[in-house]
Amino acid sequence: MKNILKIAVLGVLGLFIQSCGNGGSSDEKSGAITSNAAERVYVAPGEHDEFYAFLSGGYSGNLTVYGLPSGRMLKEIPVFSQFATNGYGYSEETVPMLNTSYGFVPWGDAHHPDISQTNGELDGRWVFINENNTPRIARISLETFETEEIIEIPHSAGNHSSSFVTENTEYVVAGTRFSVPYPQKDMPINEMKGNFKGPLTFIAVGDDGRMNIDFQLKMPGFNYDLSHPGRGDSHGWFFFTTYNTEEAHTLQEVNASQNDKDFIAAVNWKKIQEYVENGGGEEIAAEYAHNVFDHSTQTATSTMEDKVLTVDPREVEGAVFFMPTPKSPHGCDVDPSGEYIVGNGKLSTDLTVHSFSKMITAIENEDYEGDAYGIPILNFESTLAGTVKEGGLGPLHTEFDGEGNAYTTFFISSEVVKWKLGTWEVLDRQPSYYSVGHNMIPGGNSRKPFGKYMISMNKITKDRFLPTGPELEHSAQLYDISGDKMELLLDFPTHGEPHYAAGIPADMIKSKSQKIYRLDENEHEYAATSESETKMVRDGNEVHVYMTTVRSHFSPDNLEGIKVGDKVFFHVTNLEQDFDVPHGFAMIGANTSELLIMPGQTKTITWEPKKEGVWPFYCTDFCSALHQEMQGYVRVSGQNSNVPLKWTLDDEEIN
Amino acid sequence: MKSLLKTTGIFAAMLLMFSCGDSEKKEKDEIRLDDYKEAPAPEAKSASQDSEADSGDDLSNKGIGPIDNLSLDDDIDSDMAAKGGDIFKNMCSACHKMDKKFVGPQIAGVTERRSPEWIMNMILNPEQMIKEDPIAKRLLIESNMAVMANQGLAEDEARAILEYFRQYDEKN
Repeated sequence: MKNILKIAVLGVLGLFIQSCGNGGSSDEKSGAITSNAAERVYVAPGEHDEFYAFLSGGYSGNLTVYGLPSGRMLKEIPVFSQFATNGYGYSEETVPMLNTSYGFVPWGDAHHPDISQTNGELDGRWVFINENNTPRIARISLETFETEEIIEIPHSAGNHSSSFVTENTEYVVAGTRFSVPYPQKDMPINEMKGNFKGPLTFIAVGDDGRMNIDFQLKMPGFNYDLSHPGRGDSHGWFFFTTYNTEEAHTLQEVNASQNDKDFIAAVNWKKIQEYVENGGGEEIAAEYAHNVFDHSTQTATSTMEDKVLTVDPREVEGAVFFMPTPKSPHGCDVDPSGEYIVGNGKLSTDLTVHSFSKMITAIENEDYEGDAYGIPILNFESTLAGTVKEGGLGPLHTEFDGEGNAYTTFFISSEVVKWKLGTWEVLDRQPSYYSVGHNMIPGGNSRKPFGKYMISMNKITKDRFLPTGPELEHSAQLYDISGDKMELLLDFPTHGEPHYAAGIPADMIKSKSQKIYRLDENEHEYAATSESETKMVRDGNEVHVYMTTVRSHFSPDNLEGIKVGDKVFFHVTNLEQDFDVPHGFAMIGANTSELLIMPGQTKTITWEPKKEGVWPFYCTDFCSALHQEMQGYVRVSGQNSNVPLKWTLDDEEIN
Repeated sequence: MKSLLKTTGIFAAMLLMFSCGDSEKKEKDEIRLDDYKEAPAPEAKSASQDSEADSGDDLSNKGIGPIDNLSLDDDIDSDMAAKGGDIFKNMCSACHKMDKKFVGPQIAGVTERRSPEWIMNMILNPEQMIKEDPIAKRLLIESNMAVMANQGLAEDEARAILEYFRQYDEKN
């Protein structure tokens, strides 16, 4: 209570400071923090948040899960980066998840999470996220909150305009931000213009979530920056912003900003899907990894694919058009009705909004102002629905509340601006601290937004939290958007660099969240589902240890017969079947990581002992009052010793 | 540091509790504390049983949990017992052996010491049992604070395990 009061007092103080500092146009600017903000974000001990928010971890390569409105971080889900905390990317089962055509890549740059949809509404089955650097798309289960699948995107570079789903999750798309030779080849860089391509990849998603590349659209070599699907009437279309239509290959900072307008590419994917189904397109060589985690074997497999179907957009009548859009548009956002397509011209003060119905009319009338590499450019005035004037400086992204309002972030002027769809008038503006990138309203880019809260994810933190040296976590802010004016309620730090996020009402998924893995469904090749199955097996210099854990011992816990130069595989099965009883496994000197094994799960870590001796291992997760007793010893003998394999528990051999 | 002290405290407390009950392992018999009135008699590991102290009431205690009343046929259902044996092996044997105390109490003779309801409630509702049931509380201390794990079994699975125990006790 005292804290609430304190925060409330601070809030009031903030109000004062705000109203002095901003010197802006009106009272609207002053209400940064309301006096009861603390109560409105307070989630009492033991109670749950109203929304899940999945924030990309940016250069952490992972996905973080937050509760809203509290801003409490609930979990970090490893996706594209090794995660020593639980062994992801170190354990034998998960190493294949990070396999690529470039070999094992231990790190990624995660950008835009998007939750699967049915009929244009969030359905809470999966969340997808893209990796920008080594182009990949991952699918994460919202039952286990684990990465189940990662598919590499061939012929792409800078996988940025990704991983957004169509209205029924027919496709998840992956665009190319850095156009490249297609396919890759050795050529002079300065011959880029006209010779590079920016493929847009459409990945079909099965009912079980499995991803497969359906086709790749061979687009001109522009930079495809962001995208969003059509919905409602515009279902069947996908929209991508472009910049660097100049096709500059150097000092893009200047050279990619020469054209007054770039494009939003409108792609009628239904037409292309049909074209492909009827045998259209050309199969070309490609090399990409497709990694799938199987829950029954609890093991990932990585398959190298060698072909992809490529489609020349000019070959499919009426499939692709360009809509001129001013000032190097960044975000490409579609309103809940599907009528308005917002181009956030990042080097401008204005937002350009296109009308889907006007676009269709323009296409029917062949109302073109030219073409780019044979793709029709629609007349700018003909598709324009309106312009949001003087919204701020440097618009980046727009979300929607489902009440006819849009919320756009302005990076340079560091603010969030609310405006009205249709009239284009600015209704409210609130500062962000500082330099906001994306914003997110749960469901805010679907047919059915949940317009109660919005978070802004800010690129600069500076003084918002206690200083922690030169390197800071980024800041996010929570706004209540249920009233006429946005109200800033809360600051909270985020992990890595959140780009986009996806939010969903907690009630839609929390009851499905899995509590344990069932032992009787464990089909791991090396599982020991009871202590009687534990053993050691030597195969040359490889020794497989089938081990179990239960509160509070390992079986076996005394192991002999291992030699210097062996490669030891510890396959550890957690025999517990109760919620939240993990056990850990750590081996002295292992050049890998620990394992954190959930009930019913089997995980494997390797250890290559280098020295003779008796070496301990132990449980790293405080599992019970006898956790400190949960340890064992491995005897390591010389390379030429004759010590036989022997595994015991309580001095008894197990069989 | 504070939590270390706290942990140490808990262990010290457990040690005290332990020393009041029957000891199972010889090496622990040698622990001496100032308030130790009488050294416990050394006991062979395999012959150990849980305390007899309140065994007079044990069979009337039905425990706490989903099983209120259970009527049993005199005949053993051998199919059910076989199924129970499999489940026991997979889900319980890491801590319980039939013929000796291991992490938890020895199983042999359990159907003579405990009511069938108590046995099933202990399997199905261990968290509440070790907190509230007098026998389960005592066994927890005798088991060195190793808590009985909830293995998430269904009622029919717990029933099958009971049948396996009955069969075992009938044969032995």
